[in-house]
Amino acid sequence: MLTIQEYVKAESLEQAYELNQKKTNRIIGGMLWMKMSPLNIKTAIDLSGLGLDQIEETQEEFRIGCMVTLRQLETHPGLEAYTGGSMKESLRHIVGVQFRNLATVGGSIYGRFGFSDVLTEFMALGAEVELFHGGRMPLEEFAKLPYDKDILVGLILKKVPQNSVYLSMRNTRTDFPVLTCAVSRREGMTGAFIGARPGRAVAVYDRAGLLKSGITDAAAREFAAYAAEQTVTGSNKRAQAEYRTHLIRVLTRRACQQLGGETK
Amino acid sequence: MKVTVTVNGRKIQEEIECDLLLIDFLRSHGCMSVKRGCETSNCGLCTVMMDGRPVLSCSVLTARADGHTIETLEGLQEEAEEFGAFIADQGAEQCGFCNPGFMMNALALFRENPEPDVDEIKEYLAGNLCRCSGYEGQLRGILNFLEWKKEAKR
Amino acid sequence: MRAVSQPVRKKDAMSLVTGKPVYMDDVINHENCLIVKVLRSPHANAIVESVQKTAAEKVPGIEAIYTWEDVPGERFTMAGQTYPEPSPYDRLILDRHVRYVGDPVAIVAGYSEKAVDKALKIIKVKYQVLEPLLDFRKAKDNEILVHPEENWKALCPVGADNKRNLCASGESGDGDIEAVLSDCDIVLERTYHTRACQQAMMETFRTYCSIDAYGRLNVLSSTQIVFHVRRILSNALGIPKSMIRVSKARIGGGFGAKQSVVAEVFPAFVTWMTKKPSRMIYTRRESQTASSPRHEMEVTVRLGAMKDGKIRGIDVYTLSNTGAYGEHGPTTVGLSGHKSIPLYGTPEAYRFRYDVVYTNVMSAGAYRGYGATQGIFALETAVNELAAQLHMDPVVIREINMVREGQIMPAYYGEQTNSCALDRCVERAKQMIGWEEKYPCRDMGNGKVRSVGMAMAMQGSGIAGVDVGSATIKMNEEGYYTMIIGAADMGTGCDTILAQMAAECLDCPVDAVTVFGADTDASPYDSGSYASSTTYVTGKAVEKACQKLREKILEKGAELLQCSPEEAEFDGEKVFRTETGESVDLKTIGTSAMDGNRTALEVTETNSSPFSPPPFMCGMAEIELDKETGQVDVIDYVAVVDCGTVVNPNLARVQTEGGIAQGIGMALFENIQYSDRGHLFENSLMQYKIPTREDIGKIRVEFESSYEPTGPFGAKSIGEIVINTPSPAITQAIYNATGHWFRELPITPEKIAMVLADD
Repeated sequence: MLTIQEYVKAESLEQAYELNQKKTNRIIGGMLWMKMSPLNIKTAIDLSGLGLDQIEETQEEFRIGCMVTLRQLETHPGLEAYTGGSMKESLRHIVGVQFRNLATVGGSIYGRFGFSDVLTEFMALGAEVELFHGGRMPLEEFAKLPYDKDILVGLILKKVPQNSVYLSMRNTRTDFPVLTCAVSRREGMTGAFIGARPGRAVAVYDRAGLLKSGITDAAAREFAAYAAEQTVTGSNKRAQAEYRTHLIRVLTRRACQQLGGETK
Repeated sequence: MKVTVTVNGRKIQEEIECDLLLIDFLRSHGCMSVKRGCETSNCGLCTVMMDGRPVLSCSVLTARADGHTIETLEGLQEEAEEFGAFIADQGAEQCGFCNPGFMMNALALFRENPEPDVDEIKEYLAGNLCRCSGYEGQLRGILNFLEWKKEAKR
Repeated sequence: MRAVSQPVRKKDAMSLVTGKPVYMDDVINHENCLIVKVLRSPHANAIVESVQKTAAEKVPGIEAIYTWEDVPGERFTMAGQTYPEPSPYDRLILDRHVRYVGDPVAIVAGYSEKAVDKALKIIKVKYQVLEPLLDFRKAKDNEILVHPEENWKALCPVGADNKRNLCASGESGDGDIEAVLSDCDIVLERTYHTRACQQAMMETFRTYCSIDAYGRLNVLSSTQIVFHVRRILSNALGIPKSMIRVSKARIGGGFGAKQSVVAEVFPAFVTWMTKKPSRMIYTRRESQTASSPRHEMEVTVRLGAMKDGKIRGIDVYTLSNTGAYGEHGPTTVGLSGHKSIPLYGTPEAYRFRYDVVYTNVMSAGAYRGYGATQGIFALETAVNELAAQLHMDPVVIREINMVREGQIMPAYYGEQTNSCALDRCVERAKQMIGWEEKYPCRDMGNGKVRSVGMAMAMQGSGIAGVDVGSATIKMNEEGYYTMIIGAADMGTGCDTILAQMAAECLDCPVDAVTVFGADTDASPYDSGSYASSTTYVTGKAVEKACQKLREKILEKGAELLQCSPEEAEFDGEKVFRTETGESVDLKTIGTSAMDGNRTALEVTETNSSPFSPPPFMCGMAEIELDKETGQVDVIDYVAVVDCGTVVNPNLARVQTEGGIAQGIGMALFENIQYSDRGHLFENSLMQYKIPTREDIGKIRVEFESSYEPTGPFGAKSIGEIVINTPSPAITQAIYNATGHWFRELPITPEKIAMVLADD
């Protein structure tokens, strides 16, 4: 059972950062995963008073605060329009509305969970993370890093011409995914982003240009096979590695085909 | 620590332990409709409204509810009776243990989307598990209620 | 009829939908109530060598910590069953020998959850870890013995032998099965495997105990079986039954889970020892890992038939896994044969053999369907496989072979089908789903296939000659009635259904009958709500009691009218002289019964039936299957049920829909996976996936009523049968979509996709 001795509603990010350097202290996001751990937390650090629960949309970018909930992302008209629905599709299968009203994007991204739909989608969209101490870096890089004591302040989504499609396979509709698969085309580069392998999401780019001359069925199939080859899968109680590799071929191909249909 | 939480319109000021979950705080204040069905945020039985949005009270620290407004079914009796009658008319309440959470989230749905279609209903309420009813009777009750609401508007 | 067959609202409906405090944990006094938790074994098979609890006892707020040394040494069973108890006496409250991961090692009671949790953390246990026996196929005569102890005891001759890991074994039959099979054109032999699925009712196990003014142990529990709980606690604590009172609050679902004692013994022991109130509330994790799920079974069917589709012989062997303890082990297995084989009226011979084995996993218990579900999955799938081999429509093979009204069922203890509309159920289901157009499948052109599948099912209505149902009904001064029962409404609506029957008998509105139950001090004896018994067995007791009460009311009315009862009539509102019309109303009769009265306007009647008339049904599923991902969506499920007279169409419909949803979960999602050290992976609702409302398609229910002459108003049961068809029907639909039979549940997308990828 999770225990907490002190609770501090941070008044500044500096204060939160200072507190967070202590090993027994923790920043709490939506608390959905943390609640299930048997942690004994000395000081819980709450960022909810710092105005980080906003999605700001400008001509150039989206700035998404770490305390923004998954439900805010799911229902944001700007994100819906920009992602062509892939944002919503990546979120709507996560447990339930009440859960998504609590789960924060900061918690999801900082956690870099293997099963994360959120991580897969934001990677596909080419998001950057903003760390209080470490500054900005591409999410793709951040996803490879081990946990440290920095604070993830938010995400930045640069607006570029892009198309993206999000698919996932789940044993039941609101279960953890057996595989997540987003395919996006940004600034001429197509990539497949595969999560729940069951490890953290990874990117496979079409550097060989398999899809360069348009997304035909054959090209989609070829790229999907390439993505399956490039991606390491593993087994857990939800599925074996072999099935996951099979799903990479199926979902990547389908996502490409759907993307092809949507490219304007 | 000291918190001030508005529960069903009543301001409660209290000294609490930092790790007290909102569900336990609410039950200790007589909101017995708030039920616990799991420890993993999956069942939806503990759904309450926080500042008008449905959340899982088993996954919110009371500390975080400090300064916020909470509604439980105890505070929404009129709406519960009005809508609940349609569930009762199907016999879809069955054991009833999931009902308060289901009712809360359904009321949240109606506030957010007064005329949802079947797919929207199913998606919005997917986080409310029920082991008795097979969900069909709940759906019939909701659709009848929405139809009645529509009629009443005319 | 005015009350029976009407869609009456459940008596508690509005309280439940408005969230009133009516469940155990809502109604008790939490102040100064001890919180009880248990320390559980991390090993599947071990001997507790020592428990260091001194430090834990010193945690502020800890009242008591008990270990195996503190509890009585007499073994008992936690199965809530009638005399003679068929489940072996193989339990202690705390045993030195722990037999599964989760077996209790110590009981901790304290005044705060934090204190109890802290104490649990610092108790030090030294185990002698033994090799666990985890594979139930290897359990019989294995050198690892789950119950080597000398004081293990079976009360009934059920073929049990703890020195062979046998909880039960047996054989029955009719005719010469081998001779018949050797004479058949085709003999199909197949083996099917079902898992230890969890009831997963939304309210976990929970019990509150206190000592009353008379020094007796008062137990308020979420239980289907108040009288059995009284007996089991008496056995467990070694105290007289007269010192125990058991009652229930509203129950947040049971499905058989609460037909075993699961949580009760621990707070009962604490309160009896400390004389202080205590409560135990199971976590979901405990409910998933240390409770009373379905028996895992492997069922082998040999089916003998002729080329024209006539089934001539059925041979069933069931291997059932009772886990660490034998609750319901000897009885559930019986249904896997006795409530599957009788679906067919044509066989000249049948044989049914079984072994029930102990292993080092969680003990099984009673779960809706109670073995019939497992047996019907096997036999119905075997018949579907037979149809495929013979290139016959599976509906046609049913039409040739299914049991009909008036037939004797040799595999059902020789009972006759007095009421059976199974043929009409099949016919109607076929029309509803559009079988002719949809069988076997249609390619949707996008990698997806739509296909259909079907199955029949039966169950019983109570346990013949064993179950006892009772009702007390009394008239009060305003002319309203109080009905007191020992059956338990766990959401099923039996309080309302029984009141409907009473109202029908007494010619009064349903609202004029209040219901009270269940309480061992006040209720007339009832074996409890299980085995699909309440409507059929207790319902008949209500009918009998009301008839007698009518006579008493008539007598009292006649006395007031100064005539003989023969000269008067009772019409529900008044007693009147047939000739003159002179009358006295119910209010007056009720009031006069409290004034110088010598006859109580109160009747208790008890009922038991020598029969257990089976309800029947047909289920048909239409699925859409993605041939690449293996995903199966049930898009339409049609069920047509013969439960005799439908007492409350709303409640019967919702029961059916709910049972089918559970059955869909069993068929497709609900998995049970143990590690090689006996740890269960599906230990939460995060890992054990019961269907959400997005996981089931449309469920459509109709009734084809027969009239059961031995039942109240012609009624039979409905509670359990409804879970039996989804597994075989969906399995067949998957075959029709893929050409492959999946004989092990659940049929996950991975299994389907990987087989199809190999094609």
